[in-house]
Amino acid sequence: MSAVDVVIRGGRVIDPANQVDEVCDLWITAGRIGGMGAFDGEAATMIDATGKIVCPGLIDMHVHLREPGQEWKEDIESGSRAAVAGGVTSMCCMPNTGPHIDHAGVALQIIARAQQVGLCDVHPIGAVTKNLDGKELTEMRELSRAGCVAFSDDGMPIWHAGVMRKALEYASSFGFMVIQHAEELNLTRGGAVNEGWVSTQLGVTGMPVEGEDSMIARDIMLARRIDARYHVAHISSKGAVDLVRAAQAEGLKVTTEAAPHHFALTEEEVLGFNVDAKMSPPLRTEADRLAVIEGLRDGTIDVIATDHAPHHEDDKRCGLSCAAFGIVGLETMLPVSLQLVRDGVLSMSDLLAKMTANPARLLGLDSGTLAAGSVADITLFDPDATWTVDRNKLVSKGKNTPWHGKEMTGQVTLTLKSGRIAYAEGEVCD
Amino acid sequence: MQSLHHLFGIADLDTDQVEYLINLGESFIDINHRPLKKAPTLRGKTIINLFFENSTRTRTSFELAGKRLSADVINISASTSATKKGESLLDTGQTLAAMQPHVLVLRHSVSGACEFLADYLGHTSIVNAGDGGHEHPTQILTDLLTLRCAGGFIGKTITIVGDIAHSRVARSHLLAARLMGYQVRLVAPKTLLPAEVERFGCEVFHEFDDAIPGSDVLYMLRVQTERLTDNCCFPSIREYHEAYGLNRKRLNAAAEGCLVMHPGPMNRGVEIATDVADSARALILDQVEHGVAIRMAVLTALCGGQQHLGRPGRSKQMVMEAMRGQGSLL
Repeated sequence: MSAVDVVIRGGRVIDPANQVDEVCDLWITAGRIGGMGAFDGEAATMIDATGKIVCPGLIDMHVHLREPGQEWKEDIESGSRAAVAGGVTSMCCMPNTGPHIDHAGVALQIIARAQQVGLCDVHPIGAVTKNLDGKELTEMRELSRAGCVAFSDDGMPIWHAGVMRKALEYASSFGFMVIQHAEELNLTRGGAVNEGWVSTQLGVTGMPVEGEDSMIARDIMLARRIDARYHVAHISSKGAVDLVRAAQAEGLKVTTEAAPHHFALTEEEVLGFNVDAKMSPPLRTEADRLAVIEGLRDGTIDVIATDHAPHHEDDKRCGLSCAAFGIVGLETMLPVSLQLVRDGVLSMSDLLAKMTANPARLLGLDSGTLAAGSVADITLFDPDATWTVDRNKLVSKGKNTPWHGKEMTGQVTLTLKSGRIAYAEGEVCD
Repeated sequence: MQSLHHLFGIADLDTDQVEYLINLGESFIDINHRPLKKAPTLRGKTIINLFFENSTRTRTSFELAGKRLSADVINISASTSATKKGESLLDTGQTLAAMQPHVLVLRHSVSGACEFLADYLGHTSIVNAGDGGHEHPTQILTDLLTLRCAGGFIGKTITIVGDIAHSRVARSHLLAARLMGYQVRLVAPKTLLPAEVERFGCEVFHEFDDAIPGSDVLYMLRVQTERLTDNCCFPSIREYHEAYGLNRKRLNAAAEGCLVMHPGPMNRGVEIATDVADSARALILDQVEHGVAIRMAVLTALCGGQQHLGRPGRSKQMVMEAMRGQGSLL
């Protein structure tokens, strides 16, 4: 047995990919998982994990890192630091950068920069269409070779049905997955919040739930004919969850993800014109929230992803209807999601699967597992520790969180990236 | 009764506060009829009217209200301000607040603009003179004072007709109705109604003629013609007038004492026929007149000077303190 560098002792090790859930030691050799069980030997670093949960480093498959192009909002370094503070060791960044991730050079640049930072793996999502303008397909094969793990025009829907059909046909020819930001713009244009009683009280234009549902219904019809891999980003409505569930029951390759805010918050959050509760799709009704939770429970939604969308204060300080869409999420993803375990919706292992093994499987990543020989990306957290979110103490450059001042239960205590400590005791270890 | 620092909307008021403002407004009606229209109530106070949307009656009535109460009033409109140079609402608001006015009267196309700005303005009070499709509280207070002078509003049914979806006047009335004990009926096609509007506790009609019997007031909203055609809300002005215009025939179908109101500006021949607008049953100019009195009341309440009514001037020290923003004059 080669020299052991790190031993994590006495934690509850949960590895959903390998159906492990037991209190044991976990050790690391040369940046990879050495094994788990009872360790009695010497190691350079011994970590006491008593009372902690030890799981694969989390994967967030829906993040906006803003680099290149909008580095004042976030960059790969600040985003990576925020990620490890939230226990995330792999993330997928969306292509609505400037320039867009619509040719290989941008993807290669992002990956190289992330490796240079060295805290968190960054896997780009390539654009489906050039300039995200919904007209011409990108060179998906080239983007894939450059490291893109899926394709999306996120931020914008692929609104044109003919283009969407061609995108699904082309992508599925090579096994690529298309991720849709489902929003029928002809229904949602000018909207700031969910359409309903809240938008009526605020006197702001609403975004009706049919904007999301109708596009998903259309896409599922197209995906059915093509047998394409189709993934719905940030699902937020009951109608959408029902559509995806029915598609899966048919055996279609349709998957989806939910963002913590869509199962933790409702549209009521924007009452008082709260710009930090404005995102797209918007927070919806309690019935929608419960439907998303049911989708998570029954497996219709097999991924939790944040849609981390950092914005500068200036983009939010202008009133609800002109404020930018989006909230930060990396640093609150785990504690907000843990409520699902406390509420008995999911077992701890099933919850963690949605942030580890499941996205790894969808995207073909080799992370998200604690199998011996895997890269040692590991997160330790105390499921019962409480802390209060302070927007000014977020590691991300984005301070736009709806949870400012709210108490969280569950706290990341240590993040290891390739066996190296990337975050410990509240500090990022650059 | 809780004193007011800002007036964002009817939603932030309770019954006593609305009642108080209407009473105070009523007491100011008289000044506007005097040969010398001046009272010292707000002497030493600075009021800035900051209007990002066009306005005749609201802006003028705020200006007259301030001036007749001896305040120093400044008007700024978006077309002549640094907004034209790209300055944001926040920066414009903070810039003006830095000059230490007592009250900033704001009209803006963004719903919630006043709430947003208030977080950054220190001591300055904000009055909402209309924010997007959200609220227009002084219009509603004006309407209620007008109705009180015309026989009262408690227990009455006000039927609001037109573009409810984009109307801050309708929204503020829906809130005030519950507070002050009157009923609201809404009349519009579904294209001009916001989602779940019945949750305000109002009756909703799509046929104007169905809503007329039992109405005590027919309250006509201005049709913004560009909005209708751009958003497919209505096929034509012609059909709108046929379906929702108030003409003599419809007025004749109403109860004998039924009154007509309009917050202005009117499109004669569209939502209201000329002979109806000019009829004795129309309170439209009474609304304009009472708008000045109500705005006097609101400015007085916010400046904390209501107890000064009829009292001689203040000491220099009090004025200085007030000008430094260190509390009210009382």
